Amino acid sequence: MKPVSKIYTALILIFLFAPIAILLVFSFNSAKSLSVFSHFSLYWYRELFRDSETLGAVRNTLVLAVSAALISTVMGTAAAVGMDKLRSRYLRAVMDSVTNIPMINPDIITGISLMLMFVFVGRIFGAATSLSFWTMLIAHVTFCLPYVILQVLPKLQQMDRSLPEAAMDLGCTPLRAFYKVVIPEILPGVITGLIMAFTLSLDDFVISYFTAGNGFQTLPIRIYNMTKKTVTPKMYALATIIFFVILALLLISNLSDSDGAETIKQAKQKRSKTKEVLST
Amino acid sequence: MKKTVSLLVAAAILCALLLSGCGSSKTLTLNVYNWGEYISDGSEDSFDTIREFETWYEATYGQKLKVNYDTYASNEDMYSKIASGAVSYDVIIPSDYMIARMIAEDMLQPLNFDNIPNYEYIDESFRGLFYDPDDTYTVPYTYGVVGIIYNANTVDAADVGDWDLLWNAKYAGDILQFNNSRDAFATAQYKLGLDVNDTSRASWDAALAELKTQAPLVKSYVMDEIYNMMESGEASIGAYYAGDYFTMLDAQADNVDLQFYYPERTNYFVDAMCIPASAQNKELAEIFINYMLSEEPAIANAEYIYYASPNSLVYESEDYAEELGEEAMEILYPGIDDFSKLFNAYAYRNLDSETLDYVNTLWEELKIG
Repeated sequence: MKPVSKIYTALILIFLFAPIAILLVFSFNSAKSLSVFSHFSLYWYRELFRDSETLGAVRNTLVLAVSAALISTVMGTAAAVGMDKLRSRYLRAVMDSVTNIPMINPDIITGISLMLMFVFVGRIFGAATSLSFWTMLIAHVTFCLPYVILQVLPKLQQMDRSLPEAAMDLGCTPLRAFYKVVIPEILPGVITGLIMAFTLSLDDFVISYFTAGNGFQTLPIRIYNMTKKTVTPKMYALATIIFFVILALLLISNLSDSDGAETIKQAKQKRSKTKEVLST
Repeated sequence: MKKTVSLLVAAAILCALLLSGCGSSKTLTLNVYNWGEYISDGSEDSFDTIREFETWYEATYGQKLKVNYDTYASNEDMYSKIASGAVSYDVIIPSDYMIARMIAEDMLQPLNFDNIPNYEYIDESFRGLFYDPDDTYTVPYTYGVVGIIYNANTVDAADVGDWDLLWNAKYAGDILQFNNSRDAFATAQYKLGLDVNDTSRASWDAALAELKTQAPLVKSYVMDEIYNMMESGEASIGAYYAGDYFTMLDAQADNVDLQFYYPERTNYFVDAMCIPASAQNKELAEIFINYMLSEEPAIANAEYIYYASPNSLVYESEDYAEELGEEAMEILYPGIDDFSKLFNAYAYRNLDSETLDYVNTLWEELKIG
């Protein structure tokens, strides 16, 4: 690398990681300040694990993110399969745009319109409170869906269409062909979609803010609401833990990914060898 | 086949939705909506108000109770959430001007003070305040006064006094101003002796001129960033609530010596407990309000929040005075007697939308120009 590009890379890394590093360091501060580091202590970690409201918010956030990710992955994959089967080019373009709308739409518009819809429907049924965990779940599935479709649809289009046909020729029912042939082919897309949906749901603030009901607050909302007074260093501790959990997940998924890449490489090498053998 | 599957899925979702609606009849629920970090929550070995209330309720009434405790970041956030009709809370704790607005819009209901006998501990000077002149809707929770915080290591003692310190050219680049139009304009209005609730344009224009002369001296316009900037000594002068001064004092750096004083005219606020018109369980809400006024929770909350309490059980308690220290008691409770007079004179009222628009235009002019 040239020195200029080295400096450039270093700068980018600093901008990306300096804020996280500061948070990490100050989560081990024994004092309350974010500007003066007194000495190393695990005090704020102990405080964090005693704060039942915050832990409750963490639990809420995880429950919501896991269920929203699972539901939107199943629904999104099904939708992608359906869209892939559309014959009419016009219809397909329409479906594409329709699914893209929630993605392009600013969060605040999605949030407010969902809230208004929930309130409207709630009024029709005479409910006193229309927002709950379920409305929040619907909202999260709504904004996660397009991202799952976006991940799965290209995999379906890349797939060799004769594969499921061959399976059916050999006696598979369409359903069985789907499970045995199509799913394994599009699995990487489905998993990426799942992970994306999970992370999107995990750190969503705006839409959650408008659709949160009584007694179900997620972590981003709780942290935002601390701004009347200062955000306590407990939150730095929590952010540090979340950062390391995510880092671990990333490393694991990257390692397993590179395993996958290895096998693909080996397979390709094998194939080219057979080709050589055949051609000679 | 496809149709049956989709029908089944729809039925399953419907069941789930219906089930979530009922099935909660065995334990009572109380929905409380409060500011973030505005209750003693058991952290740092403090009193865990919500859990203690649940246990106390079960011991007293023999029925299980679950408190759903949610938080908000501003009066406006809370207002829009409740006004939308999407949620219903039994107890909320808004500030004075927001209470006035909610009463005017029929969003609060009158309290039954038979269920709140502890109301007798609320000091006389907190009755008949402008937002609830007949004391029918509210029970005050905390109050506070804006004062000026400065770093005694960099600010000359001779320069300290009234609002002039925030306009002192000697400390150019060391002064913090509110990043919120109402609070920033108020500093200028109090300095000039103007009424903060005046709707005449001339009065706001005068305040803007004053803020413009201050602008070159201001390091930055801040809200809760003020904590870190004052604690670290990055800035030396700023105005904020007395209670928050103690939070900064707790975390100040070694070479910083924060001090505090009240200007002659300044801002007062009261946050009070109310029951929204849409509350599901009014009697339970009143029991909760009464509990919050009883000695142990009231003292724990006052110690946790660091704002002054209108509850005589708190400010007359020796343990509380000892815990806070003499200096803090003097600053937090600067002569409680004429509170209602000062409060009614200097607290913010709701401005009409035309004036608000005008103020915002002036604010933009200040921030851009």
